[in-house]
Amino acid sequence: MAERAVRINTPDEVERIRESSQIVGRCLLRLGREVRPGVTTRELDRLAEEFIRAEGGEPAFKGYRGYPASVCASINEEVVHGIPSGKRVLKEGDVISLDIGVKRSGFYGDAARTFAVGSISAEAQRLLEATERSLNAGIDQARAGGRVSDISSAIEREVKQSGFSVVRALVGHGVGRELHEEPQVPNYGRPGEGPRLRTGMVLAIEPMVNVGGADVVTLSDQWTVVSADRSLSAHFEHTVAIGEDGPVVLSLVEAD
Amino acid sequence: MAKEEGVQVEGTVIEPLPNAMFRVELENGHRVLAHISGKMRMNFIKILPGDKVTVELSPYDLSRGRIVYRYK
Repeated sequence: MAERAVRINTPDEVERIRESSQIVGRCLLRLGREVRPGVTTRELDRLAEEFIRAEGGEPAFKGYRGYPASVCASINEEVVHGIPSGKRVLKEGDVISLDIGVKRSGFYGDAARTFAVGSISAEAQRLLEATERSLNAGIDQARAGGRVSDISSAIEREVKQSGFSVVRALVGHGVGRELHEEPQVPNYGRPGEGPRLRTGMVLAIEPMVNVGGADVVTLSDQWTVVSADRSLSAHFEHTVAIGEDGPVVLSLVEAD
Repeated sequence: MAKEEGVQVEGTVIEPLPNAMFRVELENGHRVLAHISGKMRMNFIKILPGDKVTVELSPYDLSRGRIVYRYK
C-alpha cells in the first residue's frame, strides 16, 4: 500500500503543538470580544497578527500558498477562507467564522470558531450550536485504536440530526510540523475506514456546516468558499491530540 | 485552515487489469490502482496503456483512485 504515513509525535512534540495551539485558542477568545457591529474584518486581522506576534508566534496562514492575511474571516454564507478586508463591516445579526493558525518554534496549531454579531436569528443560533456539537462528537472519537472515519461519521451523524448539511469538499487534516499533514479528516463517511488512530497523532478536526445544501463554490478571489445556495454556514475547529487516555484538545483554553 | 478534498493528479496508464481497473503511474512516481468513473464507462471511453489521465485519489487510501478524465 502506498498510503502515506501519518506522523506520530513524541510527548515533547505534542507539548510544542499545544503551545502553538494555545496561542490560537487565546487569540480566538480575544477576537471574540471584538466581534460587534461596525468592526471590519481587516481590524480583526490586524489585532490577531499583533496578538500572535506578542505571544512569540507567527501567523501560519500568512503566505501559505499565497494567502494574504493572518486569519480567515468568513461572514454568513462564506464557509471558509474569507480574506479580511477594510470594506467588510460586521453588522447586527451576522455570523462570522474566524480561523487562525500559529507557528511557533517549528510547530503549528490551528483552530476556528463561528461568532454571533450582536443578536442573531434562532436558526443561526441553532446552526452554531449544531456545528459545535458535531465537532465535539468528532473529538470524542479521536481515540487510539479507532480509525479516522470514526471521527468523520460521528460528525456527519450529529449534523444530520440537526437537519443541516455538512460540507464535503473540504476536510480536516493532520497538523504539527506542517499546517496540513496526512491524514485527511473528512466530515462524512462510514466508520471503520482510513488510517488507524494511534497515540501521538495530532489532527485538526473541523466540521463546516451549511443551513441549506452541502455544495460549495470558490469565488473569483480564488480563496473565499461560499455555500452554493448562499445559505448560512458555520465552522468550528480544534487541534486534537490522540492521548493515551483519549482525546486531548490542545487548542482549548479556559475562558477568563 | 480547511484542506481541499479529493486530490486530482495527472498520470499515465501502465497496464489494464480485470474489472475495468488500471495501474496508473502518477507524476510523482507513485503507482496507484484506479477504476474508471461511472460517467466515463457510460460513454464508452476506452483507455489504453500509455494514455494520459487525470486520477482523483481517495481521501482515505491514497493508493487507490478513480480515472475521471482521459486526454486525447
